[in-house]
Amino acid sequence: MTTVIPQGSRPRRLTAGRIGIYAFLITAALFFTLPLWIMIVTSLKPMDEIRLGNILAWPANLTFDAWVKAWSSACTGLECNGISVGFWNSVRILIPSVILSIAAGAINGYALSLWRVRGANLLFGILLLGAFIPYQVFLYPLVRIFSTTGIYNSLLCIIIVHVIFGLPTMTLLFRNYYTGLPIELFKAARIDGGGFWTIFFRVMLPMSTPMIVVAAILQVTGIWNDFIFGLTFAGRENLPMTVQLNNIVHSTQGERAYNVDMAATMLAALVPLVVYFVSGRWFVRGIAAGAVKG
Amino acid sequence: MAIVSIPNAVATSERPAKSRRINRTRLPAALALLPTALIVLVVYIGCMLWTVRLSFTSSTLLPKLDWVGFAQYSRLFMNDRFLVSAENILIFGVLFISGCLILGFLLAVFIDQNVRAEGVFRTIFLYPYSMSFVVTGVAWQWFLNPGLGLEKLVRDMGFESFTFDWLVNQQMAIYTIVIAGLWHGAGLTMAILLAGLRGVDAELWKASRIDGIPVWRVYLSIVLPLLRPMVVTATVLLAVGVVKLYDLVVAMTLGGPGIATEVPAKFVMDHLFERNNIALGTAAATVMLITVVAILAPWVYAKYIRPQGRPA
Repeated sequence: MTTVIPQGSRPRRLTAGRIGIYAFLITAALFFTLPLWIMIVTSLKPMDEIRLGNILAWPANLTFDAWVKAWSSACTGLECNGISVGFWNSVRILIPSVILSIAAGAINGYALSLWRVRGANLLFGILLLGAFIPYQVFLYPLVRIFSTTGIYNSLLCIIIVHVIFGLPTMTLLFRNYYTGLPIELFKAARIDGGGFWTIFFRVMLPMSTPMIVVAAILQVTGIWNDFIFGLTFAGRENLPMTVQLNNIVHSTQGERAYNVDMAATMLAALVPLVVYFVSGRWFVRGIAAGAVKG
Repeated sequence: MAIVSIPNAVATSERPAKSRRINRTRLPAALALLPTALIVLVVYIGCMLWTVRLSFTSSTLLPKLDWVGFAQYSRLFMNDRFLVSAENILIFGVLFISGCLILGFLLAVFIDQNVRAEGVFRTIFLYPYSMSFVVTGVAWQWFLNPGLGLEKLVRDMGFESFTFDWLVNQQMAIYTIVIAGLWHGAGLTMAILLAGLRGVDAELWKASRIDGIPVWRVYLSIVLPLLRPMVVTATVLLAVGVVKLYDLVVAMTLGGPGIATEVPAKFVMDHLFERNNIALGTAAATVMLITVVAILAPWVYAKYIRPQGRPA
């Protein structure tokens, strides 16, 4: 077994050890791909075939009916307008939330890393700890605050909530990024008479593209996948896709249409999957950056 | 990662002579931080204290501000549903964290063996992490349902007496949630640990090869201790995720069969928004808060407070 060489570029021979390595990796890969495969094939089958056939098999009578039904006429409780309603709600929640939370994170990170403001470290410390507190601790008082101000159960409400709870990670990302830039850049801009906002918009923001991409990946997947905030704050008119998917799956009366459920699930997973496969290494970088919280 | 005190390095030399002028130019920076400061004060601190305060009242449908001492807490720890929730989160936590660490470490080590198509494997192991818990829960519920899922598949292959009914079995249902959780989260642990493995000095491998130490031994006795910071970070992240466990259970089992897969976060949500028992819900939320603080405190202490206490 000692012939397995972990590093360096020796010619690779197919020893027992290497076969073992590939066997393990391929088994693991099967475990990870199986649910996705089952979702896809189930969504493409008619119900008869699902009841009688093999769950793993490729559909004999390939049909996209379930996808059409899931998109436009699946029922969530009493309404039967499909998951498309949730999709557009999620889009309307996503776009402003992502833009605003990235903007807030960039401004905070810039002010915290390059300007000495009294109490800033304390502020940052509390913010970071806040990222670890379970949301259940904040929910009820927040609901009260929002209903007193009259914006509870609205698009504005859910957007504000996403911005608030995106603050810790976004601030951390941009703070670390700006701290890593050469300080001379900032000093030179100061000597040239640049003020807080001038330096931010003319010097820092143009250099922030990589961090903005990472932050956008994190926020798009995070906000799209959110369930608990959408459920609590968005209100019936604005329920995001995750909540609608859960309603479709759990509230169908009579026999469950598994193909429609799976098509709806695939539709709900599509946006994050596309982000993941398109962004590749950037996604890993985003997770790594977010994972070093604190 | 030692970032907490970096702003001090900026502009310290300008301070004594022109402090008034600088205060004026710093005003926009302070103003820019003001909204965040307000949010921290009102939401992160204010709402948290409010929740703790409510847990000492007799509030039901509407919040009251009376004082009943620890009455809600003693009710909470007599409540079957809460006790089941606490037990479940303990089972889930232990199995999910150790499972993610072991599986994540194995995946990272095997990927690190100079394999072909490394990128493909990495992509496959991590993609579940990009999807929501609701999607994860619905997918696994379908695969594990006894009627048409895995059980039928194996029976159709000829094993007529094969039984796999964990999803609808009171004793076993919580373990199906662990499986779905592992599927979702193991890739993240792999990504964190793989980054650590890539940072291990190549000299170490040469030296151990010359000494003829078996590879598995090097991983276990030398590399794993080197990866300690990554393991700790991953553990803390996973542990915080465990406390927040909610969507996965709602999507997969709705807490059932019966109350077999109830978890604390769901207990809080149900009591706050459906069962109109605010005081009991906030008491459970406070218990969750204390648990998180108990998990985090040693970590924060070891990472930030102890190192800073040492003379530089």
